[in-house]
Amino acid sequence: MIPELGHFSLVLALGLAVLLAAVPLWGSWRGNRQAMEMAPSLSLGLFVFVAIAFGCLAASFVGDDFSVALVANNSNSMMPSILKFAATWGNHEGSMVLWILFLSAWTAAVALFSTGLPLVLLARVLAVLGFVAVGFLLFSLLTSNPFERLLPGVPADGADLNPLLQDPGMIIHPPLLYMGYVGFSVAFAFAIAALLGGRLDAAWARWSRPWTNAAWAFLSIGIMLGSWWAYYELGWGGWWFWDPVENASFMPWLAGTALIHSLAVTEKRGLFRSWTVLLAIFTFSLSLLGTFLVRSGVLTSVHAFAADPERGIFILAFLGIVVGGSLVLYALRAPAVQSRIGFEWVSRESLLLLNNVVFLVATLTVLFGTLFPLITDALSLGKYSVGPPYFNAVFLPLMALLIPFMGVGPTSRWKRDTTARWLQELAAPAAAAVLIGLVFPFAYDGAFNLWVTLAMLLAGWLALAMLRDFASRVRNARSLTAGLRRLPASYWGMQSAHLGFAMTVVGVVLTTQYSVEHDLKMSPGESHEISGYVYRFDSVGPVTGPNYVADGANFTVSRDGRTVATLQAQKRRYLASGQVMTEAAIDAGLFRDLFIAMGEPLDQGRAWAIRLHYKPFVRWIWAGAICMGLGGFVTLADRRYRRVRQRELSAAEVGIEAA
Amino acid sequence: MKRLKLFLPLAVFLVLAGFLFRGLSLDPQALPSALIDRPMPAFTLPVLGADGASVDEKALSGEVALVNVWATWCASCRVEHPFLTELARQGLAIYGINYKDEDDKALAWLAELGDPYRLNIVDAEGTLGLDLGVYGAPETYVVDARGVIRYRHVGVVNAQVWQDILSPIVDELKREATAS
Repeated sequence: MIPELGHFSLVLALGLAVLLAAVPLWGSWRGNRQAMEMAPSLSLGLFVFVAIAFGCLAASFVGDDFSVALVANNSNSMMPSILKFAATWGNHEGSMVLWILFLSAWTAAVALFSTGLPLVLLARVLAVLGFVAVGFLLFSLLTSNPFERLLPGVPADGADLNPLLQDPGMIIHPPLLYMGYVGFSVAFAFAIAALLGGRLDAAWARWSRPWTNAAWAFLSIGIMLGSWWAYYELGWGGWWFWDPVENASFMPWLAGTALIHSLAVTEKRGLFRSWTVLLAIFTFSLSLLGTFLVRSGVLTSVHAFAADPERGIFILAFLGIVVGGSLVLYALRAPAVQSRIGFEWVSRESLLLLNNVVFLVATLTVLFGTLFPLITDALSLGKYSVGPPYFNAVFLPLMALLIPFMGVGPTSRWKRDTTARWLQELAAPAAAAVLIGLVFPFAYDGAFNLWVTLAMLLAGWLALAMLRDFASRVRNARSLTAGLRRLPASYWGMQSAHLGFAMTVVGVVLTTQYSVEHDLKMSPGESHEISGYVYRFDSVGPVTGPNYVADGANFTVSRDGRTVATLQAQKRRYLASGQVMTEAAIDAGLFRDLFIAMGEPLDQGRAWAIRLHYKPFVRWIWAGAICMGLGGFVTLADRRYRRVRQRELSAAEVGIEAA
Repeated sequence: MKRLKLFLPLAVFLVLAGFLFRGLSLDPQALPSALIDRPMPAFTLPVLGADGASVDEKALSGEVALVNVWATWCASCRVEHPFLTELARQGLAIYGINYKDEDDKALAWLAELGDPYRLNIVDAEGTLGLDLGVYGAPETYVVDARGVIRYRHVGVVNAQVWQDILSPIVDELKREATAS
């Protein structure tokens, strides 16, 4: 009964989505107020019914209803309840429902929090979101029905969730990632609404900025969780593989980063307008493209869902309608929203333009690398893939090019600035950064290392230029706290994100340069030393989990005779599927991770192959990403986004009618 | 002219969509027909962990075997490794091509995860991979007793792939070999 209820709710949601896509849009075209006023209630209705459908699916998973095919294939009665709940989205069909749930949640949030928006604009934004929802609801109902029953012949137990996914990381990683992916649909809807209305100004940018920042923040943290999950769950200490599916989430992030900066220029200076609109379309298109790549089977990847060409055709057709339609609209309407204001080369605008160019080029190189196998194959040139060396070779120099300018950005002035002023403000941080870069590798390792010097120089430059900017902004305040309190939330958010970027750079380079990995044969009782840490293999013994049995290797790690950590690495065999998994033991620290993974038993079980890692600064990669994400969320608290409502109302209504 | 420029994003998208559409009807896991039923390309390359000893294509003939292209940088290889080990335990001949990798890392990997391979060919420069048309690791070729490539699988070899695709081919080739 519950699955049928869920299915029925999903169908009802589709009906509401169709109404939402059609009626308010018609109303905005004919100037029918009543039709436009229906948009918020339809959005809320859509959310409610999708939520019911999702709830029913989750209930089927948690309640072990193996008559539902999806549950039978992806769950097992022995799994802990929280994992059963997470299993709801650990598969293609369920993750699609989660996707739609978030889309409708964003739509409902726009309906609830944008009461100050002019009605025409709100109606159009919600209608565009409704249209996107129609596409995904049809996709779910027609090609991947999550509620399909296995009747008769209900299996006694489920086939189990892929052991790789049976992990706390799996519970939160996809939801956050999807929040980000789907969140860009709001920026997209604002862009399309602006093109339809032919009006795009500072107020428009101020309305769409918080939504875009929020989506970007979710995506940052979602990607970070994915990387962290790969690090500890896949069991060999890697944290980024340039896998097509990773790239699918990374490309919207890169384009989204360009978008949030371009939106800043549009808001503050009214420039880059049509460019911002194009970026908004581009970013959401990449989210859709990611969906296509992951679910159509055109590329091979570790994470890919079961490939199905029929689904591929559907998403491609939808991609064609949404992206093709938007770009036609852009080509026809962009002249109406173009800006006619100039700026000088030495100005904040130029620096942000450079940011946009770098991130756009980065997005395109990743896109090219990801699709390269497909392109050569389609042109009958053979089958090749470019692999991590290509991505590292093009991506890292781009980021290194970015940072020198990134340090100047926050200090620079809009419209016109002078290099003399930059020099005066930033000469001291630059000199200090060079010093840090040169001294750090000697202090840390006793030897020169070009890469470390470069990374510390760039990261130091970013951090110090930021401090300098803080200092000059509170210079005239009565006291330090008064000065800091006066800085707006968006400034704090920006600095947090930039600092996070610097931390990630430090983490990536130091981990790559200074990691130590030893692979050994060890018997219980033996010890091994890496970088001052003594790993002692104490014992090995059986461990029983809820749905697996394991061998557990117990280690004590000590330094200078003092115990630092006791760790247990495991080699698990999952009962339902028989799959064997390595569960690494990690002692995390701000400046280093100690990592132990168990290999095969050797000498008839008297010894084990053991992998010991010492990974300095690896946490900085993720801590940086968290700072970036938090920075994005902090900007939402900025007062000017809330003030907007009353002030813009009257002016905006007039503007819309004229368009 | 200025108006036309605005259609540029659309044009780029349409070209891309064309490729994506073509991609749907292509199977990324299918072998270019040119290599099927052709002998293994000629090569002379070092054997992993054998102190400079080298091997050529003749070493791969004599018995129906899987030739598995792998590398330590390849995430999926990690996933399929336990299954390959299982197959080797059942007596199947598996040869490895360690593709664009470093010897130390590869040896450490085998020490940790077990070694299902009869021997590993070191293809550090990827020259053999180029001749084979390797698309990316992992890839697995079925080679018959005469050293002729009979099938290519791109992607992870797991229980399902083995049962549905590879096992029937290997069994057929084994019958062929005993018959002749």
